[in-house]
Amino acid sequence: MSQTQMQTTSMAATAAAPTLEVRDLQTHFFTRAGVVKAVDGVSFTVGRGKVLGLVGESGSGKTVTGFSILGLVDAPGRIVGGDILFHGQNLAKLKEEEMRQLRGNRIAMIFQDPMMTLNPVLRVDTQMIETVLAHTKVSKEEARQRARDTLGMVGIPSPDERLKSYPHQFSGGMRQRVAIAIALLHRPELIVADEPTTALDVTIQAQILAEVQKLCAETGTAMIWITHDLSVVAGLADDIAVMYAGRVVERGAVSEVLDQPLHPYTHGLIGSVPSRNKRGEKLRQIPGMTPSLLSLPPGCAFRTRCPRAQEDCARDPALSELMPGRLARCFHPHLAAQGSAVRGAAAEGNPA
Amino acid sequence: MSATSTVRSAASVAAGEAAAPIIELKGVSKRFSKKLDFAGKIAQKLGAPVKDETVHAVDGVDLVVRKGEVVGLVGESGCGKSTLGRMVAGIMPASAGEIFWHGKKLDTLTGAEARNAKLQTQMIFQDPYASLNPRMRVADIVGEAPLVHGLTRRGEWDAYVDNQMRRAGLDPAFKRRYPHQFSGGQRQRIGIARALAVQPEFIVCDEAVAALDVSIQAQILNLFMELRQELNLTYLFISHDLGVVEHLSDRVVIMYLGRVVEEAPAEEIFARANHPYTQALLAEVPRIEARKKSFAGIKGEIPSPLNPPSGCHFHPRCPHAFARCKLERPALREIAPGHKSACHLNDAA
Repeated sequence: MSQTQMQTTSMAATAAAPTLEVRDLQTHFFTRAGVVKAVDGVSFTVGRGKVLGLVGESGSGKTVTGFSILGLVDAPGRIVGGDILFHGQNLAKLKEEEMRQLRGNRIAMIFQDPMMTLNPVLRVDTQMIETVLAHTKVSKEEARQRARDTLGMVGIPSPDERLKSYPHQFSGGMRQRVAIAIALLHRPELIVADEPTTALDVTIQAQILAEVQKLCAETGTAMIWITHDLSVVAGLADDIAVMYAGRVVERGAVSEVLDQPLHPYTHGLIGSVPSRNKRGEKLRQIPGMTPSLLSLPPGCAFRTRCPRAQEDCARDPALSELMPGRLARCFHPHLAAQGSAVRGAAAEGNPA
Repeated sequence: MSATSTVRSAASVAAGEAAAPIIELKGVSKRFSKKLDFAGKIAQKLGAPVKDETVHAVDGVDLVVRKGEVVGLVGESGCGKSTLGRMVAGIMPASAGEIFWHGKKLDTLTGAEARNAKLQTQMIFQDPYASLNPRMRVADIVGEAPLVHGLTRRGEWDAYVDNQMRRAGLDPAFKRRYPHQFSGGQRQRIGIARALAVQPEFIVCDEAVAALDVSIQAQILNLFMELRQELNLTYLFISHDLGVVEHLSDRVVIMYLGRVVEEAPAEEIFARANHPYTQALLAEVPRIEARKKSFAGIKGEIPSPLNPPSGCHFHPRCPHAFARCKLERPALREIAPGHKSACHLNDAA
């Protein structure tokens, strides 16, 4: 089995492989109350210089997916199945020491709260130089140089002076830029960004998004952008994966998924976002609330809230390609054949 | 009938002046100052250049909210929108300026009138975890105030509370539970039920949906709109989320660093924003309709309200700033019917 795996990975590597391929990832938490399947069969790929938007509501498992890629899942959580192929190398099977070589070097993470990344009692230069020296053999002076250049790259004015500051002397937006700069120090091939702009103001968020866009285009870094905000993903990402209750329920190119969602959950989520052309109208809300991962109904996890649910939804739908390049995990998707899926759906779903 | 009344109120908002103002603010300011401590006072005596630190959280704001309309108050963190909301709701006194309640000055109201004014204005808070007493049962949270204020009697109390809970979309069977037994969205419904239980006419919502997930946020926004129709409520809806404000509001007020920079009917402001700050804000709001856009970003940070820039607060970040902007505070002036903006560029044109 390991041989076939090796073969497939080497084959994938030759054919201009994606930077990251996650296959059927399962991360479970073994708590006293039972097994929480926080991530239960998640698959996606991210190519060089591409941005994947990983979207979901709280508790959908999007953050745990990010943590699993970096090998940051702590007990009682554990990756129990699936592969995380980073340039063909399976991260799920790496030893901690090997993972440490990659983490912060070729794979980096940006967290929602920059105070989580930054040590409040160390100056920014100390923290950045430490990061540089952890993975490369350069002199301290060269490391400082690199730290300064990277700060400049993320748009921090007068980086020389700012290097000597402590994290609390920065504003929220600037602090997030420092965190991004630290993630960029080694020009990683993959960045996992977990809600990095959620806590920021609109104008500051736009500045950060602008920097991120520029960096991905210039350096070819692949990015996984974890967020609950569909609007940010719409403007930033190339591909989108929508998660619900630990599973990817829909995947595809951003414009296609947002224009014509296949899965009823994606459909409902888009309908929930207030937007220009729906002013004053009732929002198409999803009834009920996210189920507890401890007591998921068998079959499709969304069926209790789904307007299109039928008897066969009690079976487990597989993530299947319903249209070219479009995957969804649903027996009754909104297909174009049924005539202008997006508008017809509300009328169609209600009487059921 | 309720539908026609909303239509009418919307029409009167469009007409401008028809409906009577519920609340009117004239030149209202709020300052928070930190007095010098003992060491500071000594240093001052010895001639050190230290002073009391004063934050102008709200700086000379005029605002009118008319019966039946929804006013959206938008701004980034630290712009004073929450402080303004609290002053409007009567939780916080103003440092300067006058607040009128139905045409009467708020601080000259007699006891009964003042109590009525307070009761008629209710507030819904951002954090549904912090704004509910964790040691009270839902029935008491919702039912305490109406009982105290004589809106219901002991004998009818249970039915009254059931009614209030049902109206906010909560099952009355849960009335014996404590707040921690509810999800975030349901807690926000408890907050709404509590506010509505005293039969107010005016509700101040301070980031009432910011902490909720998208699908739950949609449920609460729908609830707000239903309640508005049903009870003919007036809202001051404070939010940093332009999408939410655009969806809900009849009129939008934009604040920057303690001052109102622009005010206009919702369609007008989203179609023809006048102030450079509003324009920048609108350009940078991520929208679900916009695909793979390139974000530009206005340069610079939001300045500290401890030491705001001179003249127009926005001039250090404004792409159109000229000499006068540094010196003179622009007045909020009407540039089109119902559309006010505080920018010197309007005078030059």
